[in-house]
Parts: sequence; C-alpha cells; structure tokens
Amino acid sequence: MTSVTQVETAAALNEADGSSVLGRKARTPEKVPLPRRRFKRYFRETGWRHLIGVLVGLFALFPLLYIFSASLNPGGTLLTANALFSNVSGESYVELFQKDTHPYGAWFVNTLVIGLITAAGTVILGALAAYSFSRMRFTGRRFGLSTLLVVQMFPQMLAMVAIFLLMVQISDIFPAIGLNTQIGLIMVYLGGALGVNTYLMYGFFNTVPSSIDEAAKIDGAGHARIFFTIILRLVAPILAVVGLLSFIGTSSEFVLASIILVDPEKQTLAVGLYKFISDEFSKNWSVFAAGAVLAAVMPVALFLALQRYIVGGLTAGSVK
Amino acid sequence: MTTPTIDESREVEPPPSKKSRRAARIADAASVGWKLMIFKVIALGIIDALAIYAALVLIQSEQWVPAVVVLAITAVANWVYLSRGNLPAKYLIPGLVFLFVFQIFVAGYTAYIAFTNYGTGHNSTKESAINALMLSAQERVPDSPAYEVTILEQFGEYSFLVTDPDGEIELGGVDRPLEPVDGAEVEDGKAVGLPGYTALKFAQIVQNQKAIADMAVPLSDDPNDGSLRTPDGSVAYVYLSSLEYDEAADTMTDTETGTVYSDIGTGAFTAPDGTELMPGWQITVGFDNFVRAFTEESIRAPFFSVLIWTFVFAFLSVATCFALGLFLAIVFNDPRMKSKKYYRVIMILPYAFPGFLSALVWAGMMNQEFGFINVVLFGGADIPWLTNEWLAKISILLVNLWLGFPYMFLICTGALQAIPDDVQEAARVDGASAWQIFRRIKLPLLFVAVAPLLIASFAYNFNNFSLIYMLTGGGPRDVTADVNVGATDILITMVYKVAFVGSKADYGLASAFSIIIFVLVATISVIAFRRTKALEELN
Repeated sequence: MTSVTQVETAAALNEADGSSVLGRKARTPEKVPLPRRRFKRYFRETGWRHLIGVLVGLFALFPLLYIFSASLNPGGTLLTANALFSNVSGESYVELFQKDTHPYGAWFVNTLVIGLITAAGTVILGALAAYSFSRMRFTGRRFGLSTLLVVQMFPQMLAMVAIFLLMVQISDIFPAIGLNTQIGLIMVYLGGALGVNTYLMYGFFNTVPSSIDEAAKIDGAGHARIFFTIILRLVAPILAVVGLLSFIGTSSEFVLASIILVDPEKQTLAVGLYKFISDEFSKNWSVFAAGAVLAAVMPVALFLALQRYIVGGLTAGSVK
Repeated sequence: MTTPTIDESREVEPPPSKKSRRAARIADAASVGWKLMIFKVIALGIIDALAIYAALVLIQSEQWVPAVVVLAITAVANWVYLSRGNLPAKYLIPGLVFLFVFQIFVAGYTAYIAFTNYGTGHNSTKESAINALMLSAQERVPDSPAYEVTILEQFGEYSFLVTDPDGEIELGGVDRPLEPVDGAEVEDGKAVGLPGYTALKFAQIVQNQKAIADMAVPLSDDPNDGSLRTPDGSVAYVYLSSLEYDEAADTMTDTETGTVYSDIGTGAFTAPDGTELMPGWQITVGFDNFVRAFTEESIRAPFFSVLIWTFVFAFLSVATCFALGLFLAIVFNDPRMKSKKYYRVIMILPYAFPGFLSALVWAGMMNQEFGFINVVLFGGADIPWLTNEWLAKISILLVNLWLGFPYMFLICTGALQAIPDDVQEAARVDGASAWQIFRRIKLPLLFVAVAPLLIASFAYNFNNFSLIYMLTGGGPRDVTADVNVGATDILITMVYKVAFVGSKADYGLASAFSIIIFVLVATISVIAFRRTKALEELN
C-alpha cells in the first residue's frame, strides 16, 4: 500500500514540476522531416493536443475571465457585464466595503478566522489520532480505524437538523457557544475533523519508518518528544495538505454556516454572498463580482502555490 | 532534520528485564520535559475550570444528564492525562470528544427527531403550549379592578410589584405567578420598591414599553385564573383567556363559541371537526414521518423523483467528469508535447475556485434574460437554461463537468504515470497495438488505482449541496408537491428546504429524509468496500 502511494505521489510531483524532461530528451533526436510535410506531422504528433488544450483551456478559463471583467464594470448589472472588459475601474471594489447592507469586510474576516482556526484544530486533532493509530498497538485499534472509514462516508451536513436543534438547546444554557456564535460553528466543524482527514494522515504516517522512532526512543526520547519534535516535522507535507484542504473546505461551506450564523455581521462569505445575490440578483452584479473575485483570490493563490502537495495528497488518498 | 540531539538519560544502558522497564519509565519521564508538564497542567486546569463552570450552570437549570456527562468526560480526561500509560487514549481523546458530540451524537439525535413531529407549531412541551394558547387568547376583563404596579428589574429580568385593591403587596413575573412579599417600600399606599431590585423610572418604562406591555404575569398557578397586564407601566388589569383549560378532562374550551378541543394524541388540541389549536407540542409519532414519505401522494411523488434524480446526477457527474478527465490525461500524457505546464495550471483553476462562487457565477451567465450565454453566445436567444425542468438538469451536469473535470484530470494523470513503463514495453515487444495496450493494460491498471476515488466522488456528488442550491435552488419548483421541492433538488437540498426554507419548518420529516440518506449511503459504501476490499488492507 505504502509503496504505491509513494510511486503515485512521486509521479504526480514530477508532473507538477514539469520534469518529464527525461522522456522528452530520449525522443527528440529523431530525423527532421522534409519541410513540406512538417506541419502535418507536427499536427499528428502534438499539434492536435495543443488544439484540445486551447479549447479546454477556454472552457476552464472563460467563467473566471467573465466574472473578473464584470467586477471591473462599475455600477454594472448582469446585462451590462456581457460586454467584456468594456469598462475598467475599481469602483465596485470600493463600493463593496461601504454599504451597511452587506458587511463584506466582516464576512471576509469571519471566513478567514473560522477557516484558520478550524484548519489548525483539524490538523492537530487529526495528527494526534493518526500518530496513535500508526505507531501504537492497542485493543480497539482495528475497530477504530474501520469506524473512521465508515464515519467519513457520512458528511456532517446530513445531520443538519439535529445540529441546529442541539445548538438551539446549547444557546439556552450557554449563549456564548450556541446558535449564532462563531465558536459554536468552529466546534461543529471540528466534530468532522477526525472523520475525513485522519485516514489520509494515517497513510502518510505509515510511510515514516518506525526505526526513526526507535532510534529516538533508545536515545531516551519520550512519546511526546518523538511526536512533537520528530514525527511532526517528517510529516509536514501531509499536515500542509490537510490544513489547506480543511481551510478551503470550511471557507466555502454553506449549509452549517447558514443555519448556525444568523446575524449578517457574523456570517461567512459563502452565506453572505449567497444572501446578497439572491436578494438583488441582476442589479448589483458588478459588486457581487468584485466580492467573488476577492473571495476567490486567496484560495486560488494558495492552491496554485501548494499545487504539488495537494496533487500528491489527492493521489495518495486513492490507495486507501 | 533526522535525529535531534537528545542529551538527557543517554547513559541509561539497556539492562535486563525488570530493571530495563524501570529505566525506560525513568527515561520517559525525564524526556517529557518540564515545559510539556507545565503545559499539561495549565491546559488541564483550564479545561477542568470550564467543565466545572458548565456543570454548575447545567445543574442550576436542572439539566441533570448533560451535567453528569460533562463531569464524567472531564474525569476520564483527567485520569488519562495524569496517569502513566493509556498512551493511545492520550492522543485520541481530543478528537474523539468532538467526534462523539458533533458527529455520532447528532446522528443519533437525527434518528430521534425523525420519530417526532418536531417543527413549526410543535416545538415545545405540552405545558408551554397550553400557556402560550391561553396567553394568545387573552382579553381584558371588562370590570377588572385596577392593580397599582411598579416595574422592578433584577439581572435584566422584569417583575411586577403589585399592590392589589385590598392593599396586599405581591411580586411576580412572566412564568412566576404572583406571591406575597414582605419588606417593600410603600408610598401613599402603593409599593414602590423592594430591596435587591431596581425600580424602573418613567423614562426607562417608556424606553422598554413594548417589552413591558407584552408581559403577562399569572395571578396564580392555575392558568384559568388569568393574568395581569399593564398598558402603561403603572396600573395593571386582569386579563382572562377566552380559552379554558380543563385539566381533568385534558380539553380546551373556547368560552365564546363553546367548541371543545381535546388532546387526541396528535400533538395539538383538536376540535371534533378537525381544526387544531396552534401552537401544539412535540410528541413522538413513531414511523409516521417515514410512512408519510412513502405513502402520502403529495410527498411520495416528489420524493421519488428527487431520489431518482439524486442517483442519476451523482452517477452522470462522476461519469462525465471522469471521461473528460481521462481523455485529457491521455492527451497531455505525451512526452513529446511541450508547455504542458501552462495548460495544466489553467485547467486546475476551476478546481481551485471556490465551488459555491462558481455555481453563482454560472447562475448569472445562464440567466434567461440577461445572461452571457443567451445574450452573447446565442445572439439574444431566450433559452430557459435554469428554469426548464430538463434544461436545468443538463445545465447542472454541464456546470459540474466544469467544476469536476480538473480533479479527474489530476488523478488520472497521476495514475497513468504510476503505471510502470516496462509493462508497456513488454506489451509492445509482444506486438500489441497502441489501442490494445491502452484497453488491455493501462485502463485496468488505472481503474485499480482510481476506483476508490471514483466511489468517493460519487458519495460527494450524492450530497453536492452547494452546486444545486446555488445554481438552481432546486427549481423549477414542482407546484403539485406538498413539500417545497423542485425538479433539480437532490435529497440533501430537499432536507434543507423542508427544515429551514420557507415559513413552515418540518424538522421531523426532514430528519426522516436524512435517515433515508444515511441508509442509502451506508448501503452504497458497504457494497463499495466489499468490492475494493479497503478494509482488508488495514494492518
């Protein structure tokens, strides 16, 4: 299991590097054909691939270009947004932060804070559990692992009604962590921390040879020291992947956020922007577009920067 | 990065059996380090303090079971972290606590709610339903005596300090019937203050007029005695309900019309002709919600069409995304092709873009009157992309293709590259054609690697809430249905809409649908696990 994981991860990482250079070099020293037939041959070999690439690229890119152009079209409606890049100004971005009806700044900060805390909590809780599953042998371990596998099949939002009613009851007694509080929402998200990610981490923890632990143990390190100072550093890539996936996941989560957070200034971007656009759909399209662009910048940047890790993590997950 | 230098207890040599265990323990204790110890003590201290506070509050509000649970969990945590050993528990407890409360407990709670009639009009106990009914039907008694009243405040709660026409002084509030008090300050025969309470000044009364006017203070424990209300904050009158509750017969009688409403076990007082008095209360209804889902025509028809569409949607989503992703992975997996990197980055963008935003952007582009697709691409056509039943389904699949193909492209590329070259070479030497190599060798190997991901993707799309809800909102709506569902709703959006959208919430029915999804997902995963044998790989 682990060996396949590594192979796939490595393959994915290589591809991300664009370093399939070896293969290319092996093939390039072919005879250059006659100039007349060059294009035909080029097209048959790689040209059509580029054609498909351009077509798919257009399909992939177009909606993003469209929303970016709409965001630069001040005071624009859905209809005027259709003339792409006819108007270029940043007014919508300014307007976004000025209206009281849509506290965009607050949404942004809320999303960031909730996402970061949840991601950090998920990484910590998941890593602790994965360490014990990977390194310790205890009764109930097999059962625990299979339970985790089963639990991750049931997304938390299936129980949204129960979560809502539970939060209502909690807020009767502890208003500080009940309905309409961000702490409450974070706690709910952390409930899903073990389910989804521990398995991914568990697989990666297993790839760290346990001889390292043993060496440290012989040198007198305790379990906590081994975990915090040795293992955690060796598994840093998977921690980054899980943290990032959790951050991206929570920051675009809608169902639970929409039923737990009631006040507009407490809501997250997903809830706020949805309410905003469903209230005044085509009228303030450019303001919405500006909000969407700003909301997307961070996840997209993070994703592209950490692409190789994420792709590695995705394929590693395939060999459960 | 490999082995950090660890100085302490290096001199402990490995001696034989009993001693060695002791030595190991000493080494373990020595290496934990005082920093960790202090952290442990502080963290446990904070948790204990919070737990004791929580338990006290719970006990005060008479929530015995939660109080015991909180204390028990804290005790276990203390025992685990302060004792030696129990190593696995030390690492597992933090995650398990959250997992139990917000995943396993709520799953059980969902099952419980599915067997109740919880929802709008049925969300409290019978006792408070009776009180609410009596209050809402209250009218001022025409010849009511005037009660002098002073509004008192304590801990943010208002009370009435009442001097009744006989000169007796009594105190009461909402849910606290009037009781005689001693020690009130009296001016001109009217009680104006009580030690421990603050009397509201005129300005404060004006400020909080609505809250005070809404207050109804029961005259006694028996709701039929009526209650006091004050329109101006200084004089109160007796208000009597036009409903009368007969405790022995368990009936409500409307004193004006004479109709008798009785408790017939449906969670509301019901008249002989079937009219119900609302609010009712929460009762367990057995399998009623499930029976309704499967037999009541106005719910069953939309429920079944939603169920079928959920499966079709999840299956087609995986199939289309996988087909396009695999095709692109093969196209771009050619070593001769240059600048693959740039195509790859562009193709990843839809996957990196937050999903809910993509759906909203596409909803704008597919707008029938003003959207880019109709106005520009189809030159002003009037195609109902999101409002026609069938086109909306196709639109959803198209948008999901846009969202999902990058992921499939990534995993297919990874899996293709993991197939060892020598296998292909061997096939080539044996004289296999390119198609044969792909069909007979690459594809089976690829499927082995991506099958679990395809199953996971199916499970994800089965509950792909944000795409459906943000793109079409489940619409176009099915007007014949008794529940708020539309042609493109999947099960999870239906649960959300039944429970949270619109003025009528039916938590019981929504939970019953949730349980049905639970069962479906469980069945699918059991079959899937049997197939992939994932469980057997645990070591």
